[in-house]
Parts: sequence; structure tokens; C-alpha cells
Amino acid sequence: MFFSLILDVSMAVMGAGIGAGLVAIGAGIGVGRIGGSAMDAIARQPEASGKIQGAMLVIAALVEVAALFGLVICLLIANKLA
Amino acid sequence: MKKPFLIPKAAFLVLFFVVISGRLLLASGNEPSEEPKKFDANEVILHHVVDDHQWHFTDHVVLPLPIIVYSSEKGLDAFSSSRFFDEHHNPVDYNGYKLDHNHILLADSGKAVFDLSITKNVAMLLINATLLFLILTAVAKSAKNRTGKAPKGLQSFIEPIIVFVRDEIVKPNIGHHYEKFLPYLLTLFFFILFGNLLGLLPGSGNLTGNIAVTLVLAVLTFIITNFSGNKNYWSHIFWTPGVPLVLRPIILPVEIIGIFTKPFSLTIRLFVAITAGHIVLLSLICLTFIFQSYVVGVGVSIAVMFINLIELLVAGIQAYVFTLFTALYIGMATADDHH
Repeated sequence: MFFSLILDVSMAVMGAGIGAGLVAIGAGIGVGRIGGSAMDAIARQPEASGKIQGAMLVIAALVEVAALFGLVICLLIANKLA
Repeated sequence: MKKPFLIPKAAFLVLFFVVISGRLLLASGNEPSEEPKKFDANEVILHHVVDDHQWHFTDHVVLPLPIIVYSSEKGLDAFSSSRFFDEHHNPVDYNGYKLDHNHILLADSGKAVFDLSITKNVAMLLINATLLFLILTAVAKSAKNRTGKAPKGLQSFIEPIIVFVRDEIVKPNIGHHYEKFLPYLLTLFFFILFGNLLGLLPGSGNLTGNIAVTLVLAVLTFIITNFSGNKNYWSHIFWTPGVPLVLRPIILPVEIIGIFTKPFSLTIRLFVAITAGHIVLLSLICLTFIFQSYVVGVGVSIAVMFINLIELLVAGIQAYVFTLFTALYIGMATADDHH
């Protein structure tokens, strides 16, 4: 019975770790796509590059925060258990 | 253009940043220990991110903040938080209260008391408010004294930011009666900006990373939005136009939940962005202590210096985004019927 308790805790912590990795993938894909579109747009119209850069930074912050929600949950799980 | 002392100045700035980034390294370096305690990274990180009743600048320079509690059994009590620790830094009970993981409880019954203490975050809030007041009234006074002339000094630094908030955030989103909401939005922007930036200084508290603070800002936005909502706003929520009559009772609960998710997302966004940034910085610095190596320390200091620059950017962007969304919601609430 004690062993099954340890197994539950270890599975939960492993879930938190895998979750944190998935969060990083999500953030990477999201911000990467924003950067890619920004590069395409600047290549098409170099004189608008200031505005495009500004919009890119703001939207990257928003997407980043969505990824950080998940990270905070994973940290909470890991701290409660380990 | 001749630039005297360019290389020494640049070297000094780089050294300054690296030293500031390695502040934890320098602070805990001289701690005498009876037996080597295993370094617990989780505890250190959490201790730096949450609120505290004493202000720890380093491990030994501690500022005990006043504790003010109210309970129905003992009434109002105020004393310094240093009374909770004896001279060997062990926690003791004092006057019928005990401190348990930063919660103050009655010593005999273990019940919680109404805690009105000046904790680290409250002290940071007061410092932020004082700084806002001093800087912005100085700018307003110098703008009044220098009408018609070019701005000089502090005014020339703050005034473009004020004009940016007015012209890019408030005017396009609110429309023609934006002056009514401009003071609140400007205060909001500068409060969040200064709070974020102050949180990045060494030894300071995590003001905007406290969910209670961001919740209050979001609740203020909620109150202002809903009290200045005009007929169009409420009719859009309760009886959405342009939607077939069959679907309107289904849309109604969704719209009502939407009234509450907007301030909720504002709260969580600011809290998570700032707190996660601090946790990343602290985790990297703790790497040095986990590896117990000077080489790792130097590498980490350089990496942390760059991440601190990203945090500066995030500080500005989160202030901008909070104010932008607030202006957007107010604009949606006070919009005239354009259909």
C-alpha cells in the first residue's frame, strides 16, 4: 500500500514535468509562428517594419503568458509533492 | 563624433549588470553554518516570490516590518515582527500570537486573525504610490510652468509616455469621450509599469506578482466598465442582436460569464507574467548553488543579465497590454450604436 502511494506521487510529479515540457513546446510553436509571419511581412514591406515589430512583441507577450499559465500549474503540482 | 572614455564606460556598465545579476551569489556567500544544510531550491524560490512579514535584504540584513492584527478575542494589536524571533532566529510565540508559515494564528486556539500588517508587498505598494505621486506631480508642475516651451529634464522623459498612452491606447479605443477615463488609465499604466520595474530591483518585493494586487486592479476595471455601460452594452449582453431568436437564451449565459472572464484574464495575465519571470530568474541563480561552482556562477550571471533585459521588456509590455485591454473594454461598454 505504501508502494502504491509512492507510485501515485511519482506519477503526479512526472506528469508535472511532462506538462512543463509540453508548455515549452506550445510557447515555442506559438511565438515561432508570430516571428515567422512578422519576418514575411517585413520582407514584403520593409518600410512598415517598425509597426510590425511593435505588434509582434505585444502579441508574443500575450501568447507567452498563455504558456506560462500551464507552467505555474506544473510548478504548483511539483512543489506540493516534492 | 568623439566619445571620451567609451571603453571604460561600457566595461563599467557590463560589470555593473553582471554584479547586479549575481546579487544572490554575493549575498549568501559569507553565511556561517554549523552543519552544511542541503540547498533547497524550491524553498528559496518560493520564499523570494511570496509575501513575507519581514523584509530580507540579505540573509543577515533583515528589516522587521510592523505587524497589525485584529481579532475579536484580543482586539487590535500592533508590534514589530522581530518579536516573533529570538536572538537565534528561532520562531517563538509572542503575546498570544504565533507565526506559522507567514500566517498569524492565535497561539492557544490556532484560529486565524484578521491580518492588517505592513508586509513586504504592502510596503512595496506604499513605496510605489509615493514614487508615482512624486514623479507625476513633478512632471505636471513642470508642464504647467513651461507651457509653450520645450520640455526639460524629467518632464521630457515622462511626457512622451503619457502622450503615447493617450494617443495609442486611450483615444483609438474609447473614442470621443476619452477624457473621462484618461486619468484612471494613465494611473493604471504607470502604477503597473513602476510596480513591475521596482520588482526587478535587487532586494525588492514582488508587487505586481501578487495576485491580490492584480485582482484589485482588475476589479476596478470591472466596476468602471460595468458602471459606465450604456444601453447598447447591456442590450448586447442580454438580447444579442443579429443572432436568431432560438439561440439567444443559449448565448445569454455565455455573455454573462464573459462579463466575469474579462477581468479574470487581466488578473491572471499580469500575475503569471511577472511571477513566472521572477521564478525563471531565481531558478537560474539557484543553479549556481545547486552545482556549488564558481564557473557555473559566472555563466549564470551572464545568462541572468540577458534574461533581466527580457524582463524589462515584459514589464513594459504587460503594463501596455493591461491598459490596452482595459481601454478596449471601456470602449466596448461606452460605444455608440454603429450598426
